[in-house]
Amino acid sequence: MLTIKNLHANIDDKAILKGINLQVNPGEVHAIMGPNGSGKSTLANVLVGREEYQITQGEVRFEDQDLLNMAPEERARAGIFLAFQYPVEIPGVSNINFLKAALNNVRAARGLAKLDAIDLLQQVKDKMQQVKMNPDFLYRSVNEGFSGGEKKRNEVLQMLLLEPKLALLDETDSGLDIDALKIVADGVNALRSPERAIVLVTHYQRLLDYIVPDFVHVLSGGQIIKSGDKNLALELEQQGYGWLTEARA
Amino acid sequence: MAATQPQLTNLLSQEYQHGFVTDIETDTLPPGLNEEVVRTISAKKNEPEFMLEYRLKAYRHWLTMTPPDWAKLKIEPIDYQAITYYSAPKFKKDAPKSLDEVDPELLRTYEKLGIPLKEQEMLAGIAVDAVFDSVSVATTFKSKLAEKGVIFCSFSEALQEHPELVKKYLGTVVPHTDNFFAALNAAVFSDGSFCYIPKGVRCPMELSTYFRINAKSSGQFERTLIVAEEGSYVSYLEGCTAPMRDENQLHAAVVELIALENAQIKYSTVQNWYPGDKEGRGGIYNFVTKRGICRGKQAKISWTQVETGSAITWKYPSVILEADNTIGEFYSVALTNNLQQADTGTKMIHIGKNTRSTIISKGISAGHGQNSYRGLVKVLKNAQHARNYTQCDSLLLGSRCGAHTFPYIEVKNPTAQIEHEASTSKISEDQLFYCRQRGMGIEDAVSMIVNGFCKEVLKELPMEFAVEAQKLLGISLEGSVG
Repeated sequence: MLTIKNLHANIDDKAILKGINLQVNPGEVHAIMGPNGSGKSTLANVLVGREEYQITQGEVRFEDQDLLNMAPEERARAGIFLAFQYPVEIPGVSNINFLKAALNNVRAARGLAKLDAIDLLQQVKDKMQQVKMNPDFLYRSVNEGFSGGEKKRNEVLQMLLLEPKLALLDETDSGLDIDALKIVADGVNALRSPERAIVLVTHYQRLLDYIVPDFVHVLSGGQIIKSGDKNLALELEQQGYGWLTEARA
Repeated sequence: MAATQPQLTNLLSQEYQHGFVTDIETDTLPPGLNEEVVRTISAKKNEPEFMLEYRLKAYRHWLTMTPPDWAKLKIEPIDYQAITYYSAPKFKKDAPKSLDEVDPELLRTYEKLGIPLKEQEMLAGIAVDAVFDSVSVATTFKSKLAEKGVIFCSFSEALQEHPELVKKYLGTVVPHTDNFFAALNAAVFSDGSFCYIPKGVRCPMELSTYFRINAKSSGQFERTLIVAEEGSYVSYLEGCTAPMRDENQLHAAVVELIALENAQIKYSTVQNWYPGDKEGRGGIYNFVTKRGICRGKQAKISWTQVETGSAITWKYPSVILEADNTIGEFYSVALTNNLQQADTGTKMIHIGKNTRSTIISKGISAGHGQNSYRGLVKVLKNAQHARNYTQCDSLLLGSRCGAHTFPYIEVKNPTAQIEHEASTSKISEDQLFYCRQRGMGIEDAVSMIVNGFCKEVLKELPMEFAVEAQKLLGISLEGSVG
């Protein structure tokens, strides 16, 4: 589904990604871990087309398409979703209007008709129950005045509604208490299916107690330096990243 | 961002959609202004003597005046002798008696604008008076309104049919001496709408006037007068468009509203005059005086405006809260793109006791657009317990545009409560990216954010108008950040 080959990316002429190779197939859950500043978030942002990064080398294919040549909205319509590390506030725009605009754009790309207001509301309310959000949030401005946990749940709500083929979660667990973490994990697990892939970017192992990954990759210095199964995450939890990064040095 | 900017530029360069010219025979006076022209206009319209006197008085006063220069606007000097002051579509007979007699070319013009005048095709519940260049060409639903005693007709017709009403109220809110453009209008206005709601009547439909400038080098000077008798209610809509021309055209209208005891007037405008091209060539100069007076207790006047067009807008719809317990409201969205300039706002004059006013102003600037809010809240000595709430928000798209706020507050009574809030924000790259990551195109995203920014004002518009205004905001902007 997603094939990354020798991907290099800079920000302000500083190299962040220095040759990433990764294959993600439908049905798989990958966790990308690594110390701060290793390039985890950069990778997620490059995949969704954030424009301040310059791609200097490499190739990314999503299904049959050359991902790097697609505009951010085209990638979203093709089925790539990013749960943001820092969800953005949009004053004046109600959550429900935002969800409607997002969903109808994605549906149109899939050849589906627009949802009318009643069907939309029904779907949204069902998904809100899943992430234990009060329906009042629909009529508040997007993320404005939301707590950290509410913002993250709002991201998961959007993800559940848009049903992406590839979901990227960028540090979605950071700043969550254990109850909120479980809610987010339940949401992500509900999305797991043989047709979908999920890539979790995280600093800590604890999220992986709730969302069990098929593969764990350690990113350091802009490269994947080790890959393994879920046990790799446990090793990292016990020993930190030092033994891996030092071994390379 | 590098990849975003060219797309934004494309979006911002969307062309004006109403820029066609209608090829129609007109009866047009040569350019220039003197007493003879004023007399000719009056004679062509077969006006009563008092009207000619009024015009001449205004013209003589205008000669002593100079154009106002206090607004934050750059205006090329206007040659008032180069303007044509009267241009009317030529009808076979003197004036059309019914829609069947109106030139089909004209009807087509309005249909192109999305305003079908044939009654059977009309949106139920809106009566339209269409003003083409300076002359009213058709008023619909007249008979249905007449059943309720509502008078809704062209100004010319009102002068023929109801001269006593016109004489009683004309110039009582905006005197001919008020300002340069109001004086000019009083001298040369050729038509407009007149509306009278009798005591206790709730006008059964929205009344609407559609203004269209067509002829070259012509000015449009229309006059609107609305009188709401005790306990009556009326909602009035005004829309404006013009063809694309290289030279600037002057639009100097005067609107007067009079609300008597317990009456309510709601006046909504969606202004989309031609704004000029990207280099700032052409476009309408929209210099308009709009004012209402709450003359009887508990009267209420609301102005709602969505100003997206015109090269220059100079406009301050105001309310004089003369009687006790009266209410004035002003809701405004003003958008400037490319080289457009707007200096707009309101005046709320509190004279009576317990008078209340609300001002919500939303300014949006893109391109090199300059947008100023200018507002006066004045509380006079006897206005016990007057209250005002003012909120001025500006949204900037890009880094070459400007937003300015000039609030003036004069309070002469210590019991007054005045609140003023202001904010300036920008559509950020992060907001735009967030929307795009959820599948929205740049235009959809900006349009959604702008509409969100304006929603407090848009919700004041009647439904059909709100939809039109939303589309218009989308077309006029469609995205820009920096």
